[in-house]
This record gives sequence, structure tokens and C-alpha cells, in this order.
Amino acid sequence: MTLEWMAWTPITASFFIFIGLVLMGMTVWQIVSPTVESKGFLPMPTTRGDRLFIGLLGSCYILLAWIGLTELSLWIALALCFLFLGLTLRFG
Amino acid sequence: MSKWEDNKAWFLVLPVFLVVAFSAIIPLMTVVNYSVQDILGPGDRVFVGDEWYRDVLTDFRLHEALWRQIVYSFCVLAIEVPLGIGVALTLPKKGWGVSACLVLLALPLLIPWNVVGTIWVVFSRPDIGLTGVTLNNLFGIPYNFTANPVHSWLTVLIMDVWHWTPLVILLCYAGLRAIPEAYYQAAKIDGASRFAVFRYIQLPKMRGVLLIAVLLRFMDSFMIYTEPFVLTGGGPGNSTTFLSQYLTKMAVGQFDLGPAAAFSLVYFLIILLFSYIFYTVISSFDKGEA
Repeated sequence: MTLEWMAWTPITASFFIFIGLVLMGMTVWQIVSPTVESKGFLPMPTTRGDRLFIGLLGSCYILLAWIGLTELSLWIALALCFLFLGLTLRFG
Repeated sequence: MSKWEDNKAWFLVLPVFLVVAFSAIIPLMTVVNYSVQDILGPGDRVFVGDEWYRDVLTDFRLHEALWRQIVYSFCVLAIEVPLGIGVALTLPKKGWGVSACLVLLALPLLIPWNVVGTIWVVFSRPDIGLTGVTLNNLFGIPYNFTANPVHSWLTVLIMDVWHWTPLVILLCYAGLRAIPEAYYQAAKIDGASRFAVFRYIQLPKMRGVLLIAVLLRFMDSFMIYTEPFVLTGGGPGNSTTFLSQYLTKMAVGQFDLGPAAAFSLVYFLIILLFSYIFYTVISSFDKGEA
């Protein structure tokens, strides 16, 4: 079986490996210390998984808004995304 | 370690996980791969980075289609949900009328989407259709959905209401039937008005089914393709060209797989955001009420 039809590139492959590793990490973290629903700056109480989902989804919108509205380097947007993801996971 | 005993049940989820992987996750990964490349042919592709995203996000025709789509979905929800609740409240509760009403209401749901479009084309045509001819000749309204954008919008909207309100009615009816009689008896003892019974008993008890109804109707109306494609073909002009029609034109008509993939992902993210917000808001209402 060849994966040529999926048209992989090194960049998209590393993106999906990153997501996969994060999911595996979160699973291990959940087994070691199960999450407790808590209320942070987000309007509703969230679990760790909820916050990861919101962080990742929010990052997509930050990148899309960056591409749609500015001509600046995407690296800045990527840094913003990691900042947003970290803040959401910690204080969300 | 009694904590581990129940975890074997997770193996039962495995088949679903495999099905979802093959039907959704792997195709989605492929779309992500396509969206950063110019696909020239099988095995012949060039990495272009964020170019397609830039093109798609600054495309004014896409912005127009998106606004059209949001207004359309909002209208669909604003009409179908209250209408569905209203009709469900008036349906008979026992006797032969129940089956008769349910079968009649379910009929539009059984018709394939392209046939719904065809039915409404025949029904609305200004020269031979029942509605078209009646409006034109009996009421003197110059109705023509193939030439007038307002008429074509109204026709697509009414077609959707005819096709999908029964789903909302059936869901609401199921929710209403599940309310125990004791609630109504208590309301009667308290001398509650008809509106109070609706506001404080029926509506809160229908939240679960209404959540499903709103989500299903939102997602379906946001992805609508077949019916307007058959009925108006996106016209007159671009007035009923919704997002999926624009996407299909790009991917299948022009075979621009890269831009179409970028568009698909933006489209997917919009649906995901709206659905997540709906879900969170309505389920948090539920928790507040409980």
C-alpha cells in the first residue's frame, strides 16, 4: 500500500505527529492524574480535554485571521498560538 | 486496584474508532495535505505554503457566499424551530390521529433531496407550476423564481421549511410525550395558565431534543447543496449560491483541488465553531436548570 494518494509533505506530517503526540500525552496525563472540571477565564467550567480542544480550535482561528488580515510572518502567529494554547490550558 | 476493572469497555469503542478513522480522519488529513500544495496530477505536486488560504480568505465571492449562508441558516432556524414546537404542541396525544399525523408529517423526510428540488421546480414554475400559475394569474403577483432573487430566496427557504420542519416536529413531539403526567397534574392543582405550563414544564423538558434539533438543522442547512442546486442552480446571478455550491464549482468544475481543500477546511472550522458554541450554550442551560 502506498500513501502517495494522500499527498504527504514533511510539514503536514510533522503537524499531525505533533497532534498525535499531544493526544497521547494527554491520555497518559489523564491516567496518571484524572482531570477535574474547573472554571477559569472561559465562560463555562472545562476539563483539561475541553481546554485543549478550545486551545487548538482557537489557534486555527488565530492563524486564519492572521493570513486573512495581515501580510506579516506566520511565525509570529504560530508563537501567538502556542501562547494562547498554553494560557487556555493553564488558566482556562 | 478496582479502578481498572471497568476499563475493558473501551475495547468496544474500537470499531467506531476505526470506522471514524477511515471515513473522516484520514480523508481530513488528505484535505490538509492538499490545501498546502498545487495538485497538478497524480504524483505531480508543488508545495505552495499558505497561498491557497490567502486566496480563499481574501476572495470576496466566498465572503458573499458565507454571509448568504449565515443569513439562510439563521432564517431556517428562526422559522423551523418555533414552527416545529408549535405544531408538536397541537398534535393529538392519543387515538388513531397520532399515527395518521406522524405518518403524514414524516412523508417529506422520506423524499430524496434531489427529488425535493425537482418537485419544487415543477411546483413553482411560473408557466406550469401550481404555485407559480396561482400567484401570477389569481393574485396578480409577478412571481418568477428563476429571474427574481427575492422570489428564488423565498422559494428555497419555503422548500427547506416544508422538507425539514417535520424533523423538528417529530423530535419535539417525542420530547413532549416523555413528560410524566404528574407534572401536568401538579400544574393544574397550582392553577397554572397554558403559557406557564409551556414555559416552566414543556420547554425545559424539551431542551434535550431541541438541542439535537437545532444542531441538526443548523449543520444541514449550513451544508445545503442538492435542493438549491436542482431548484435554482445557484441563481439568478449568484443570489442562491451557498458555500457548498461554490466549493463544488471550485473542486469538481474547475478541478482546483488545492484552493478547494483550503476552502473545505475553512468551511469545516466555521461549522465546528458554530456547533460547539450551540452545544456549549444549550447544554450549560441544561445544567443550570437541573
